[in-house]
Amino acid sequence: MRDLFVSLWSQLETIWRVLGHTFSKAETIQYPEQKPYLAPRYRGRIVLTKDPDGEERCVACNLCAVACPVGCIALQQGVREDGRWYPEFFRINFSRCILCGMCEEACPTYAIQLTPDFEMCEYERTSLVYEKEHLMIDGPGKYHDYNFYRVAGLEVAGKKKGEAENEAAPVDVRSLMP
Amino acid sequence: MAELKIIGLLLLLLGGAVGGAAVMTWFERRVLGIWQDRLGPNRVGPFGIVLVAADMLKLLGKHDWVPPFADRPVFIFAPTAIVVAMLLGFAVVPYAPNVMVIDMNIGLLFFLGMTSIAVYSVLLGGLASHNKYSLLGGLRSAAQMVSYEVFMGLSLMGVVMLTGSFSLIDIVLAQEDLWFAVTQPLGLFVFVIAGLAESHRLPFDLPEAEHELTAGFHTEYGGMKFAMFMLGEYLGLILISCMITTLFLGGWQGPWLPPLVWFPIKTLAVILFFILLRAAIPRPRYDQLMSLGWKVMLPITLINLVVTGGVALWLSEGGF
Repeated sequence: MRDLFVSLWSQLETIWRVLGHTFSKAETIQYPEQKPYLAPRYRGRIVLTKDPDGEERCVACNLCAVACPVGCIALQQGVREDGRWYPEFFRINFSRCILCGMCEEACPTYAIQLTPDFEMCEYERTSLVYEKEHLMIDGPGKYHDYNFYRVAGLEVAGKKKGEAENEAAPVDVRSLMP
Repeated sequence: MAELKIIGLLLLLLGGAVGGAAVMTWFERRVLGIWQDRLGPNRVGPFGIVLVAADMLKLLGKHDWVPPFADRPVFIFAPTAIVVAMLLGFAVVPYAPNVMVIDMNIGLLFFLGMTSIAVYSVLLGGLASHNKYSLLGGLRSAAQMVSYEVFMGLSLMGVVMLTGSFSLIDIVLAQEDLWFAVTQPLGLFVFVIAGLAESHRLPFDLPEAEHELTAGFHTEYGGMKFAMFMLGEYLGLILISCMITTLFLGGWQGPWLPPLVWFPIKTLAVILFFILLRAAIPRPRYDQLMSLGWKVMLPITLINLVVTGGVALWLSEGGF
């Protein structure tokens, strides 16, 4: 009997509180006219970036294609005259892509990055297959100073850390200077 | 001349009820939106009201399909029954002193009968579909409506006792000094809940229960037949609101404004309350629904009935 009145009171309280929402503002963002705020780390359209020197970052290691759970990335490795690897073609099928960001996590050179853009509707499925020239952007993306080839590598026989061609000196972790 | 007036009134009523039910589909979504802190449909036309026409066009354009495994005549009959029954129910509602289709001395019973016929529609629709979800929906609706029918009728007997008549005009006139909402609060409480269950509106929409039964009894329906079920449901909502206004809120009576303004205002207020219930209260489990009906509502109704009868008898003996 007591439970009955408690539950009845609870229902009445619910009704009263919902009625109170008559005067609260709607949360709706009217999308095409009003754009929602998207965080810089939003997982949207995938791009390929270039390092600060203007060289493409991708070294065609295929890790993104391996990490991709839906297998929407295809690329072919080629070798430049100076021995650097690069992708001869790089193709992402966005009609398959689930924008999970696994490729970005797998990428050792920060070449592949997801951007806060999701408005990529097309009338034809084939238009959603992006080639390298569609994916490549001119800037470094989210990591402005990172250059894979300049990061100090490991010590090997005959070469100390940071002594190789192009390699930057290792960061002095004991210094406070920027 | 009298025939012309009746025909005009009928056309007005038919258009008003069906049009009102159509607009209600949009109105309900907007009002629910307000209470759920969102906007609701606001794109088509001013405030989105043309959405009603858009919905109608879409439903008209749909393939009028009867599943091959369904019981064809019953399948087609079911959605018509609810609309016809609900529209007939509007015949006895007194909108203003002289504006009603027919003043029957058993008007209240006629209304109760018509809402009971609407049960058949849901039940037959569920049975004729030959679909397990539909069957479960029809089964639930049969049990729910039959049991809520019992005290829906009983809750009104207090009103009838105080008035001494089944005629709805007499009931309205008897509320000249005091609304029955004041003298019969328990009756109103039970009637609102039974009316919700009878028109299977959201807190009690177990026959449909889209989370468990996809769409319950009208799972197999589409196009205009589905629209008929929806129309019937919204007509039921309006009819129940009209009846609450008539029976408990003094009908057309009110100060300053003419009767034909007071009646819609009160009805709209009741409809808003029903939509508020939809926005606020979750659907009960099926056994909870049944035990609420038989263990709580029925005793309340009987107590109300006995007390009202005693008081009415005492007053007729001369009171003090």
